[in-house]
Amino acid sequence: MTMAIVVSCAAKPDNKPCLSKNGRNYASIRGDQTKGGMCLDAKLKVENVYKIFGAQPKRAMTRIRKGQGKDEIFAETGMTVGVNNASFDINEGEIFVIMGLSGSGKSTMVRMLNRLIDPTSGSVKIDGRDIVAMSRRDLIALRRREISMVFQSFALMPHQSVLENTAFGLATAGVGRSEREDAARKALDAVGLGANAESFPDELSGGMKQRVGLARALAVNPSILLMDEAFSALDPLIRTEMQDELLRLQSEQARTVVFITHDLDEAMRVGDRIAIMQAGEVVQVGTPEEIVRHPANDYVRSFFRDVNVSHVFTAGDIARRDQVTIVDRPGMSLRAALSRLDQHDRENAVVHDRHKRYLGTVSADSLKRCIREIGPEAEGRIEMAYMDQVPALAADTPLDDLLAPVASAPFPVVIVDSEGDYHGTVSRSVLLHALNRSEEQPGESAAQTEAEHA
Amino acid sequence: MLDQSYLPGARAGEGFWQSLTERLVVPLPIGDWFTAVVGYMQDHFEWFFELVATVIGFVADELMALFNWIPAPLVFLLLAAIALWRVGWQFTIFVLIALYAVLGMDLWPATMDTLGLVLAATVAALGIGLPLGVAMAKSNIMQAIIRPILDFMQTLPAFVYLIPAVIFFGTGRVPGVIATVIFAMPPAVRLMNVGIRHVPAENVEAGRAFGCNGLQLLYKVELPLALPSIMAGINQTIMLALSMVVIASMIGAGGLGDPVLAGIQQLRLGTGFQGGLGVVILAIILDRLTQSFGTRRRGPGLWAGLGRLFGRRT
Repeated sequence: MTMAIVVSCAAKPDNKPCLSKNGRNYASIRGDQTKGGMCLDAKLKVENVYKIFGAQPKRAMTRIRKGQGKDEIFAETGMTVGVNNASFDINEGEIFVIMGLSGSGKSTMVRMLNRLIDPTSGSVKIDGRDIVAMSRRDLIALRRREISMVFQSFALMPHQSVLENTAFGLATAGVGRSEREDAARKALDAVGLGANAESFPDELSGGMKQRVGLARALAVNPSILLMDEAFSALDPLIRTEMQDELLRLQSEQARTVVFITHDLDEAMRVGDRIAIMQAGEVVQVGTPEEIVRHPANDYVRSFFRDVNVSHVFTAGDIARRDQVTIVDRPGMSLRAALSRLDQHDRENAVVHDRHKRYLGTVSADSLKRCIREIGPEAEGRIEMAYMDQVPALAADTPLDDLLAPVASAPFPVVIVDSEGDYHGTVSRSVLLHALNRSEEQPGESAAQTEAEHA
Repeated sequence: MLDQSYLPGARAGEGFWQSLTERLVVPLPIGDWFTAVVGYMQDHFEWFFELVATVIGFVADELMALFNWIPAPLVFLLLAAIALWRVGWQFTIFVLIALYAVLGMDLWPATMDTLGLVLAATVAALGIGLPLGVAMAKSNIMQAIIRPILDFMQTLPAFVYLIPAVIFFGTGRVPGVIATVIFAMPPAVRLMNVGIRHVPAENVEAGRAFGCNGLQLLYKVELPLALPSIMAGINQTIMLALSMVVIASMIGAGGLGDPVLAGIQQLRLGTGFQGGLGVVILAIILDRLTQSFGTRRRGPGLWAGLGRLFGRRT
């Protein structure tokens, strides 16, 4: 039971040395990094944070120091311990998921990271600066430059256009109109909403609204992004799409993302590391793998019960886009295709047209064979080299029905969406790893995967 | 001495109850106290009342003079243009017919006087009321203080306002406008408060999360999102001001209240009805126009509306 997948294509070169590996589509886990912990700086350091809701939080704190429990305090004083002694580090450039059921304190927790809610006690350090002790002025400066937030209900300003909404943070910081609108347009382009800049929020669908929410958060170019159940209000398909969007953005520029969710699949899909909260306490922090392998208690274990991915997931959900693609356009000859494969040191590539419509799959062998057949002088078209034995499957194919074709195909099976557009590929190992998650004994397979990684 | 004939025991003539109630009930001459307070204020704050009277009188006079100076056709054109821009061509036609009727009833100067009084009172009521509403929304203590005062202001019969107004300011336009301001202010305060308090929590959080300071939060997030509520408050303030201005004609405020008052005093049914009709017309026009500013415009603009009215496809 693991989702560990080694991304075969190299991560994009980045000036920051210790970023998560990017370029992944499905959750990949870097146990090696977090275990070694050699070159990771804690971007965000949460130490012994408490939040007490009620009339006299200070008095509840003294009770806590005396060793009273949350229930005892509630029974005797009526005050609620929202977050109870939370401590964890969030590393630079990782997606850190805080997961828990509703009422577990995760939304309170994330609001203490930018002090929308003041902690009752404890410290929250960003780059070593304690924001709990920070002056109001410094805090506002921090919120304008360093840290931004995406909300569950989008929280767009209905009276502002998409562009103005996106530029909101910069306008607040006093950035001039042309400069902030340029930045906002860039952010909108990054989330694929460049064409909707002049629309108003009530003209957009839920998914589009949250893209605006994301663009608004990205426009200020923050180093920390807080996402409070950002995708929970979206329907499942859009939610997956937005998760992919987040991962793609993260692969372009790795920010420190704190992602709140109550959904295990989402946590596993996007999280580099997961913290699980129960009744205000952080009960476990670790990579998805570690948490699946050694759940700290029954509460954590209960998240994994009855998760059978083969019924839940479809080919589209697990398909990955790490294949080399060739865009078929005039001038794309057999030799040009072959040189592209050579460049990337790959055996096969997916061919689609400029509108992403899937055309066929070629391999180095099939290309070479065709070149040999037509002779050294002639310029052959690429479609001569398509391999018929690799059928394309629809994105909504259940994993169960994927087994036979994937097992028999010599190369990763291409997945196309309902329009016939290229969606990704499923290789044997991807499928096995995905199915593996539903197994009864997670420990062994995870250990195996780890051995493979090593 | 209190009239205690209605107290239990009094009727039965039982000596015990009689003496008990006499001992328990303390006479409270609140009316006397109020008179004393008013008298004291009159003696010691004369300069203040004179200042208020000068300012209010100036604004009201100028506004009334302005509306009476503008030629009627220009008023037609102006109101029709706003109606076309904000509401629609059907309402524009109503505005034109209604204003024509006002002219026909020979109520034009009175209507313009009333419009001036209403606007003067509204401006003053909003100038005081909207900031109070913001203060109320921002502080629970302020809310606890202001809310009972507003309840008091709204439930006190409108006529009662006229008495101290006359004592402080004499008769005429000024006390009329001041009584109107007090009477018309509560909805502006209340709806500003409610509007700001009902701005979705996540929008406020978003504002704060993106680094708004208190003032920015107010004008970038809270006021725009509370705008429909604020406009509803302004609309109600105008409507209340209109109704009070009519009542204020009893103390000589003038305007459309005069024919109504004459109708009551001299049982001249026709005159009273015409005055009432003038008030209704003014009320409908002001109501629809102010309401239209509460919603974001999605309908046709002025030019598109003009084009549609004259059959041109836009």
